[in-house]
Amino acid sequence: MLSRLVLRAAPAALRALPPPVAVGVLHATRTLHTTQQSLAPVPPLPEKGGEVRHGLIPEEFFQFLYPKTGVTGPYMLGTGLLLYLLSKEIYVVNHETAAAACILTVIIYAIKKFGADVAAFADKLNEEKLASALAMKNEAIQTLQTAIEEEKKEQWRVEGRSYLFDAKRNNIAMLLETNYRERLLTVYNEVKKRLDYQVAMQNLKRQKEQDHMIQWVEKNVVQSITPQQQKESIAKCILDLKALSKTAHAAV
Amino acid sequence: LPAAVLLKDTKLMDVKLGQLGSWLAMRDFTPGGIMGAIRRGHERYYNKYINVRKGGLGGISMVLAGYVILSYMWSYDHIKHDRRRKYH
Repeated sequence: MLSRLVLRAAPAALRALPPPVAVGVLHATRTLHTTQQSLAPVPPLPEKGGEVRHGLIPEEFFQFLYPKTGVTGPYMLGTGLLLYLLSKEIYVVNHETAAAACILTVIIYAIKKFGADVAAFADKLNEEKLASALAMKNEAIQTLQTAIEEEKKEQWRVEGRSYLFDAKRNNIAMLLETNYRERLLTVYNEVKKRLDYQVAMQNLKRQKEQDHMIQWVEKNVVQSITPQQQKESIAKCILDLKALSKTAHAAV
Repeated sequence: LPAAVLLKDTKLMDVKLGQLGSWLAMRDFTPGGIMGAIRRGHERYYNKYINVRKGGLGGISMVLAGYVILSYMWSYDHIKHDRRRKYH
């Protein structure tokens, strides 16, 4: 249908071109194949050929003479013609006539005897050819039919394409999500490790400062204990011990 | 009033006897015309008697009979001498 539109628009377009160009352009705008394609399907062969009587004279001749002379007309014509030819010796009876008579006898006998069989055989050959051609045609139609079915099925399958893509999209989204979460976890772990390191550093530093200070204080204290103080403290301890032992004796 | 058919377009069987001369004069006797006539005649005979499903004997036997008669006519001058008469 669109091609017809183009074909109708084309002459106007061609006329719009400048004259030399329009002349050069092939004028293929007249519609080709205006009639229906009448070549296919080919009409079937007629069943029987024209009628021939006695194998020699077409039936039309008998029909042509029937209105005027009835049924026996052509035979009378034939007899008269034959007698005329013989009597005037337009047909000469010689050795060839005898040969022709023998040959014709044999031919007619053979036809009468074997005609039907030969005809049946030829018909069988024809039938086989027709049957094989028909089978090929049917097979071709069948294959095309199955091809059409397959094509329809494929078209139906195409409709399900959207589901397939949705499932794939879901898969990919899930993969992305998983990946993202894994990376998030890694980041968290790394940051935590760094922060723990800082915390550990600070703790270590404080501990070291504490230990150092305690040691320093102890060292200084020990240093500051003069020998005199040491004696005094020992004497005091002994006195205390004595007092304690006394109270212990008393308690017991 | 029946539509007047040109003499040129009538078929041979519809030509009246008196018009036969003029009908023959109007035919196409160029080589192309003769070939066309032979081809048409052949097509008619072929499609009527031979190009059928169950062709019979008449198809070829008519051709053979025509050949026999034609060859007899061509050799008549030779067969003349076999006639039964005293003076040829």
